[in-house]
Amino acid sequence: MVQYNQARLDASFAALSDATRRGVLEQLCRADASITDLAGKFDMTLTGMKKHVDVLERAGLVTTQKAGRVRTCRLGARALKEEAAWIERHRQLWSARFEALDKVIEKMKRRGAPNAGRKKR
Amino acid sequence: MPGGKNASPADGLCTNVERKSDLELVVTRLFDAPVSIVFEAWSKPELFKLWWVPKSAGMSLVSCDMDVRKGGKYRLVFSQPAFDQPMAFFGSYKEVTPNKRIVWTNEESPDGAVTTVTFEEKAGRTLVVLHERYPTKAALDEALAGSAEGLPEQFAQLDELLAVGK
Repeated sequence: MVQYNQARLDASFAALSDATRRGVLEQLCRADASITDLAGKFDMTLTGMKKHVDVLERAGLVTTQKAGRVRTCRLGARALKEEAAWIERHRQLWSARFEALDKVIEKMKRRGAPNAGRKKR
Repeated sequence: MPGGKNASPADGLCTNVERKSDLELVVTRLFDAPVSIVFEAWSKPELFKLWWVPKSAGMSLVSCDMDVRKGGKYRLVFSQPAFDQPMAFFGSYKEVTPNKRIVWTNEESPDGAVTTVTFEEKAGRTLVVLHERYPTKAALDEALAGSAEGLPEQFAQLDELLAVGK
């Protein structure tokens, strides 16, 4: 298990350490795209883009499917998890903030601010 | 509450975070108090500074100046052990309607959001909806990431990624 995570960590670092590959992930967040589309968007050769996509695919961030001569790329399960992790990061900040706000509000209620009819605890 | 996630005792009071679009983040939360109290906690600096910077974030507030009225300015200075310089967050209030709405700008960077907070009382409780609108998708993606681009952010992201994937 530890080794498995280590391998994934290495692959993900390699994948995310490059600005073009981060750009590709961002593109794929919006819509699936073929290697040709991506090469055009990032002004690269097909071969160059194919290498980037291979790295992302090995890291589980992208999946590809070939139909005829076109290889379509879409976000892999791990990239979707990253989206969930992004939300979670924000949720943690706001939960912590609002828990602190709850305490401030409790104190204000006890102190008997106007309109604070009810008392709890 | 070290390590405590979702420690809120009442489910109805849980913080909900949603990415509404490429540019918008919306946070909603119900507070067990009338709107007059909740609004006061958001609009008086001496109360606001007690909760805006949670201890779990590892940051502390060095100073907090807020002139909460239309056109008024605010300036918050934070320190964090990981940064050698304190960070300042500042902007101005575009709208302040008591017990209803506060709108402010975040002007410390050109990518700063416009934040709108609305307050609505329901049966003695107050629903707070905080809406942040960023100028670009990239700005929202990077929000909370700390320094714009770099490994620490990715380390943190990967940690979470791996935790989720376990």
